[in-house]
Amino acid sequence: MTRYIFRRLLQAIPVLLGITLFTFLMVHLTPGDPVTIFALGKPLSPEREVQIRAQYGLDQPLWVQYRNYMGDLLRGDLGKGLRDQRPVWDTIREAIWPTLQLTAAGLAVALALGVTLGILAALFHNSWLDTSAMVVALLGVSTPVFYLGLLLLFAFSFHFHLFPATGVGGWENLVLPAITVGFASAAYIARLVRSSMLEILRQDYITTARAKGLNERIVVSTHALKNALIPVITYFGIQLAGLLTGAVVTEQVFSRPGLGRVAITAIGNRDFPLIQGTVLVTALVYVLVNLAIDLSYAVIDPRIRYE
Amino acid sequence: MNEARALAGAEERSQSSRGVTTRGAEAALGRQAAASSLAGDALRRLWKNPGAIVGAIVLAIIVLLAIFAPFIAPYDPIAQDSAAIRAAPSPRHLFGADSFGRDVFSRVLYGGRMSLPVGFVAVGITAIVGIALGLIAGYYGRAIDAVVMRWVDIMLAFPGILLAMALVAILGSSLFNLMLAVGIAAIPEYTRVVRGTVLSAREAEYVVAARVSGAPDRAILLRHILPNVLPPVIVLATLGIAGAIILGSTLSFLGLGIKPPTPEWGNMLADGRSMLRHQWWVSLFPGLAIMLSVLAINLLGDGLRDALDPRLRNR
Repeated sequence: MTRYIFRRLLQAIPVLLGITLFTFLMVHLTPGDPVTIFALGKPLSPEREVQIRAQYGLDQPLWVQYRNYMGDLLRGDLGKGLRDQRPVWDTIREAIWPTLQLTAAGLAVALALGVTLGILAALFHNSWLDTSAMVVALLGVSTPVFYLGLLLLFAFSFHFHLFPATGVGGWENLVLPAITVGFASAAYIARLVRSSMLEILRQDYITTARAKGLNERIVVSTHALKNALIPVITYFGIQLAGLLTGAVVTEQVFSRPGLGRVAITAIGNRDFPLIQGTVLVTALVYVLVNLAIDLSYAVIDPRIRYE
Repeated sequence: MNEARALAGAEERSQSSRGVTTRGAEAALGRQAAASSLAGDALRRLWKNPGAIVGAIVLAIIVLLAIFAPFIAPYDPIAQDSAAIRAAPSPRHLFGADSFGRDVFSRVLYGGRMSLPVGFVAVGITAIVGIALGLIAGYYGRAIDAVVMRWVDIMLAFPGILLAMALVAILGSSLFNLMLAVGIAAIPEYTRVVRGTVLSAREAEYVVAARVSGAPDRAILLRHILPNVLPPVIVLATLGIAGAIILGSTLSFLGLGIKPPTPEWGNMLADGRSMLRHQWWVSLFPGLAIMLSVLAINLLGDGLRDALDPRLRNR
């Protein structure tokens, strides 16, 4: 167990370094001289150019620049936004909570809706319920997040006036965005749960449980469901990427604050320190959560420890 | 014997391929028969799948509508008509008109000429680079494998849209850069799948036999290993087109892809967002176009997966 955790932590190190290398190189990978980025595309006098090069360390060799970048990162310094001269970390710190909150709410919707639909579809295999659950699932994976968001907005805010269209704070502001974020994952989870449930309901131990005279509800909820949920947990990492992506887009649809809006504005402004910072922090969060999930597998499923 | 086996179908494929290296022309015939019967079997299974057929037909119609948009569209997609501003759907404007009085139906038709190619070209880029990297990493192993797979790990550390957004930030936004960004963002997944398949195919006896008999690496990779890799990649790529269309239109919706006034389904939805309350038709129809295309491709892709690998059915 300890060895597994240690090995998994060790594996994360090159990935984390790679992420920092990528965000560091972003400035240098753009076509043209990086100095024009920091001048925000304005024409430069030779003196000003020298000054900017010195200010951002562009006059140093690349590896020295990377070393300095890493040094700053380790001190929690992500630089300052080119437009507002505000520390990038401050901007991100404000934006990260709304995004994580929306992602978590989306996950809750995905699990509740997905597991329920999947179980119902499996229990009533080949019935109209099964067919309609799978049609909903197919629509779910085929609808772009932003389109679903707009449809929900039109139906439940503008037409039926059930939920506010924009704003943050109360739970009523979170309902539509959370469904928007979670629906595609719910569709995916519903398919997974249905197929694994169908397979498990045919297993001998389920027959045994039924033969013992156990209540069908207990057979399904304790014997079958536990094993049927394993693939859901295994695919959690992939789901997380989808949920984060969904949150970024959904913020734009519902005019919510968050990392997505920060990143989109920053890209529009070509504000590279801010772009680098958002990309870096989002990727780090994603990798660390994935790492935590992997480590938790070892606890949930003992077979993994011995691989 | 060889031919008979080959004709027996997919499961015997490795048998007949092994024959190629040992028995020359006669076996080559067998291989051909195996290949065509494998494809034939798959096609027969696909033909029996109503979902896949509906998907293929709908997709074909959408593609044809986009190709022949200039002949079908009743209006110029960027021509503004002050008399038609925010006009509701009517026989004159089938899907209504937007805030500039542009005909939404014409814009949806023309929008397909942007959104669909982004999907197809991006997947082309992904498949070529992804397959090449996966083949090389899986076949040569050791240091090359380690380098490629660490790179894949790093790429996978960025959720797809984040990587695509970062690439758009680096490259700047244009049609080609959008295709490139969407394409590059998906490469690691393909590389991983291809490498996995290569790793198992590499140890197959017919590959070992080819190597022992002195066949050059390139021949082994292209003639013996690549055919094993293709079925999973075909499935991945088909479903990948749907993902690429969504990602491409998402970036345009966010203002990071194709810019207005050029019609594209994503940027049309961004346009329609501000008038959603009263002029719903400006958003509804381009969104339906994306949804229908993606749905059609997903149906076709699911059908292909079942047809190429019946073991995966119901997964």
